[in-house]
Amino acid sequence: MSAQDEICHLRTPLVEKERTYKQISDDVLNTLEKGPSKYWLIGFTVAVLTLTLGVTSIGYQIATGIGTWGLNKTIGWSWDITNFVFWVGIGHAGTLISAILLIFRQKWRTSINRAAEAMTLFAVCCAGIYPLIHMGRPWLAFWMFPYPNSRGSLWLNFRSPLLWDVFAISTYLTVSAVFWYIGLIPDLAAIRDRTTSKLRKKIFGVISLGWDGANRTWHRYEILCLILAGLATPLVLSVHTIVSFDFATSVIPGWHTTIFPPYFVAGAVFSGFGMVLTLLIVTRKLMNFEHYITVNHIESMCKVLILTGSMVGLAYGTEFFIAWYSGNPYERFTFINRATGPYAWAYWIMVSCNVISPQLLWFKKLRTNLVFVFILSIFVNIGMWFERFVIITTSLHRDYLPSSWAMYSPTWVEICEFIGSFGLFFTLFLLFIRFLPAIAVSEVKGVYKFAQKKN
Amino acid sequence: MDKLTIGLALGYGRSVASKVAKDVGVNAYPFSRTKYVSLTKIAGRKDLALTQTHHSMEGRDIVRETTVNEWSKDSSAGNKPKMELMSMWEDHKKTGHQWAMAMDLNKCTGCSSCIVSCNAENNVPVVGKEEVFKRREMHWIRLDRYYQGDENNPEVVHMPMTCQHCENAPCESVCPVLATVHSSDGINQMAYNRCVGTRYCANNCPYKVRRFNWFKYPHDDLVENMVLNPDVSVRSRGVMEKCSLCVQRIQEKKLVAKKERRSIFDGEIQTACQQSCPSDAIVFGDMNDPKSKVAMSLKNPRNYTVLEELNVRPRVSYLTKTRNKD
Repeated sequence: MSAQDEICHLRTPLVEKERTYKQISDDVLNTLEKGPSKYWLIGFTVAVLTLTLGVTSIGYQIATGIGTWGLNKTIGWSWDITNFVFWVGIGHAGTLISAILLIFRQKWRTSINRAAEAMTLFAVCCAGIYPLIHMGRPWLAFWMFPYPNSRGSLWLNFRSPLLWDVFAISTYLTVSAVFWYIGLIPDLAAIRDRTTSKLRKKIFGVISLGWDGANRTWHRYEILCLILAGLATPLVLSVHTIVSFDFATSVIPGWHTTIFPPYFVAGAVFSGFGMVLTLLIVTRKLMNFEHYITVNHIESMCKVLILTGSMVGLAYGTEFFIAWYSGNPYERFTFINRATGPYAWAYWIMVSCNVISPQLLWFKKLRTNLVFVFILSIFVNIGMWFERFVIITTSLHRDYLPSSWAMYSPTWVEICEFIGSFGLFFTLFLLFIRFLPAIAVSEVKGVYKFAQKKN
Repeated sequence: MDKLTIGLALGYGRSVASKVAKDVGVNAYPFSRTKYVSLTKIAGRKDLALTQTHHSMEGRDIVRETTVNEWSKDSSAGNKPKMELMSMWEDHKKTGHQWAMAMDLNKCTGCSSCIVSCNAENNVPVVGKEEVFKRREMHWIRLDRYYQGDENNPEVVHMPMTCQHCENAPCESVCPVLATVHSSDGINQMAYNRCVGTRYCANNCPYKVRRFNWFKYPHDDLVENMVLNPDVSVRSRGVMEKCSLCVQRIQEKKLVAKKERRSIFDGEIQTACQQSCPSDAIVFGDMNDPKSKVAMSLKNPRNYTVLEELNVRPRVSYLTKTRNKD
């Protein structure tokens, strides 16, 4: 890697402080070897309590029926599928950072890719809950899988986008998990080699799969990472494309839209980067990773937000244009109803959070101000949740026959389950930063010398 | 109706009745014995449990109507020529019986007896006021009521709306487990046992006629269960249901005809809604039998299907309403 050894005065270094290799290992791994900090304990307690709330309300709902939600004869999906798409979307940044940026040799990705990939996994876990619990009879969910059975000709409907979802999401989860785990192996070995605890040595000895740090091992490792990146890259595009098919292939005005696949993918990357920013701005502070996750990283991610936020804005505009240009009176009504009907407040929250707010990031002063970026990333999260709510609920609540028009509002069960999904997410994320290296130590070492001053 | 007139429904507020009717609503009969009534406005508001809350057609082509004058000049007045829509797939072969239904909007008075008989025939759960508030009534057939014209003196139209048994059913293609499929005689069927309850079919139904079992509606009381029709299965919690075109009655008459080694004659099979309709607004039968009432109805220049432009090809069609305005 001779390119990395060269000194580049035009570039800013990826790691800000001068460190030795040992110091890098210490910075990342010491936190794991020490006991949990006070903040971690408080955060973890809150997360587990929230998770318990979610599990309890899911238990109540499954025991009683979908009637505990606010759905009705007209609106068959609302918060359930909104939350599903919201969480799947959040997952996208991880895969984009780890796979696409790896293929494009974007070296700045090394200090954020591990946490972003972990976020992907946990977000997909949260998303996976919803297709399961939104079923009237979730105990029969295994019927959604094409396993050989004794029911004769009764099998699956391969025409149903819900079935494509099952394949898309499970493939995505598998590939992301494998990619994340393979990337972890050298660092797991580092923990194994450093630790003095017998138990830790045993556990990390097993899960580092006999890593020996030999040249040949490194070579295989890098080739495998590249292959997995190649496999994961189409997934970044395919998963949300297929999720959008749930709506695009239907006949409901506001759902039946050919622009959905690219629009959903852009939105997913947008929401994913929003969530990565929210998490990393806090994590770098709590874990003292400021030299590794630098303002430059934050800035680069802000630029992705500008790009994808503008794409999403363009998609909103295109939808309205087509609703008018197509001459389809139902579609035209649906879009006017979105912007001016009873759910107009949700529509305008969506537009202000997703289209207007990221435009502020054109100013360098704002995108290097971490407090500002943090607040803005929360806006992005809120805006993208509302985007899914607007698409799903406002399209359903006033469709073809006005006799069936209805309104929807969530019940406490739906609200608790949504809060609970955050509980699951943060429980998993906090466990991750407590027990596994949140920064890819070996990869950061690889790019550490980039644009550093020569001693 | 005059602005100074108040309408009250009779028949509510019974004191001696079983639990379905006792103390439901208010008895308005005492007013019939008093000569003078005074009205006082009280504070507060009360929400009403309604099955339909939007009563304008929003200019959509849902109920087609004309006047007697127009109709006497042209029997297709108010109707539009049938659309020639393309399909990506070859048509299914429509051999044997092909069940169809036609509803005459001119005959329908909106009396709701079709709803009552359907409920009784098909074991449709009665969910109560609280659930109707939440817009969760389970009716397999409903009466859409639209007002039009002058707001102070509106015209009203009624439209019985049930599963349209679309030949290109949007609900069928989206079910991941094939719980709703088409029969060879043209009925959109629900396999309750197979349904996992994703509600995707209901979302994708342009007519919004599918009904979901939000809770466990059947009860364990053996005496109460004697009200149920033994020919129709009771649905469990978490499954979708909807109009079956009284498939149990079709099967029954098919068996009778087979035993007697003859074909079914027109009018032999009656759906529950058709049977109870006092004005004979509903006809049902085999559209492959050219002499059947329903085949004649399909040829009627007043015949049309709702949301024809979606190319879902409903098997339930309507005859335009003709109003006497002279």
